Amino acid sequence: MTDITNQSLKEIIESIKSKKISSLDLTKSYIKNIEGAKKLNTFVTTTFDQALDKAKEFDSKPNYEQTLPGIPLAVKDLFCTENIKTTAGSNILNNFIPSYESTVTKNLWDNGAFLLGKLNCDEFAMGSSNETSFYGNVINPVGDKLVPGGSSGGSSSALAANLTPATIGTDTGGSIRQPASFTGIVGLKPTYGLCSRWGIVAFASSLDQAGPMTKTVTDCAIMLEAMSSFDEKDSTSINKKKEFYSKNLKDSIKGLKIGIPKEYRVNNMPKEIDELWEKGKKILKDLGAKLIDISLPHTKYALPTYYIVAPAEASSNLARYDGVRYGHRSEKGKDLIEMYENTRSEGFGDEVKRRILIGTYVLSSGYYDAYYLKAQKVRQLIKKDFDDNFTKVDAILTPSTPSSAFKIGEKTKDPVSMYLNDIFTVPVNLAGLPALSLPAGFDKQGYPLGLQLIGKALDEQKILNIGYAFEKNCGFKNKIKKWWS
Amino acid sequence: MSLDKEKIKHVAKLARISVDEAKVDSLTKDLNSIFKFIEQLNELNTDKVEPLTSILNQSLRPRKDQISDGKIREKILKNSPKKNEEFFVVPKVVE
Repeated sequence: MTDITNQSLKEIIESIKSKKISSLDLTKSYIKNIEGAKKLNTFVTTTFDQALDKAKEFDSKPNYEQTLPGIPLAVKDLFCTENIKTTAGSNILNNFIPSYESTVTKNLWDNGAFLLGKLNCDEFAMGSSNETSFYGNVINPVGDKLVPGGSSGGSSSALAANLTPATIGTDTGGSIRQPASFTGIVGLKPTYGLCSRWGIVAFASSLDQAGPMTKTVTDCAIMLEAMSSFDEKDSTSINKKKEFYSKNLKDSIKGLKIGIPKEYRVNNMPKEIDELWEKGKKILKDLGAKLIDISLPHTKYALPTYYIVAPAEASSNLARYDGVRYGHRSEKGKDLIEMYENTRSEGFGDEVKRRILIGTYVLSSGYYDAYYLKAQKVRQLIKKDFDDNFTKVDAILTPSTPSSAFKIGEKTKDPVSMYLNDIFTVPVNLAGLPALSLPAGFDKQGYPLGLQLIGKALDEQKILNIGYAFEKNCGFKNKIKKWWS
Repeated sequence: MSLDKEKIKHVAKLARISVDEAKVDSLTKDLNSIFKFIEQLNELNTDKVEPLTSILNQSLRPRKDQISDGKIREKILKNSPKKNEEFFVVPKVVE
């Protein structure tokens, strides 16, 4: 018998619609997989009883018109879920039970899906390896002792190990695309403002964006359709007409112009990444796309800019964790100020503390102009690089990451070497653009590698189409063997 | 520039995070290497560049100044680590 959990979301939806499988049996299959995959440490919370009830409810009164009919889904534990603990991977939210639902997850449930559980992530989404989570590091199903990427590492790992048919993550500097690349899956960071930020635990508000993580490009289009919406409750939400990305998927890319930025060929980049990029270019060229050499001259300044802007916003956003209104509260301290200081010291992990301190410093009196204002100016130059080039090209092709998945503990001692993981993903967040990471090949150890397609603002359909055509002609097949149960 | 231990303790005070004395050295080292990395930006002349304050091509939407919820005190207090019936409770502030 074929294992339903091996299939794509689209195939699973078809099986539900043709009554080949009930929502209840589907849900039970995933629960069985999750129970057998504790070693991967992907889940912080499971909601099996509730999921089984929802599945039975669907089966008794099925609505096949919905985008996600009777589909169980696990989501990153950064999305607030009503009456279900939401930790953001932090000790400071160890006991936090939201009384409201994030807009993005509500959209998924309104489209027929229901929650299987909450997925591990780097603490407050600050990390590139899922090693900063209070709930322990997640293991990449690609290999024992390998990181799954971060911050949406629980999401990438759970999807690659067939513990959920699709999932969602958030991407502030690469947190969807880098883990997608490390686990051989598809990940999309949408245009800033396309998916509501309401109810998502905030990290850096001018960069944070939720997006889908899926097995195929078609699945990615289905999920984006279900999760995106205009939302009054998010002041930066874009008010636009609903798009039907999956229905409008086209695999013809003849005549499209694809930019190849020379600045993405960085020093010491492994040969395999370069070869992968060449392979990607050839596939698109053979499909009739035109390759154009372009220059994004400020690329090297994107990461330093990010490490001012993101910590500055984080230090402000995380000021709310004071032990008074929700979350952990220290028993130590003789007065209010000491209670704050001890609460935050006990509640936050080392990486979060580092970033709060960086942010506090760059915003502090006397340093604001030298750091924060400077970063805002360079951010303008980075955005302009993209604006200038998007008058000449339809999309830009780059590698997703400068390496494949690395070993647990390999980069934790040197924060800057960890930050360099996001060198190809961060510029897109600073410019607010959409970008799709596609699994495209393997390195010599057999670990997956990804390529990134960057689009104009709100041009998701086009990069999904290019991705769709690419996927059909790339022949990528994940080689994950089930070693963990 | 480099950050010394005293500066870091001061910033930690501003951020309301108590820092373990034993960890100050490694924190100083980490933050200095991060700032060295960040300061690459000084290579760029940005005198004539406008700072980017929003990446959206739209201005923020003002909302109507009206109450859209209310009577949710219980919900708001539910997650509080210390409360009495109607209020959050903090350590004594005034003598």
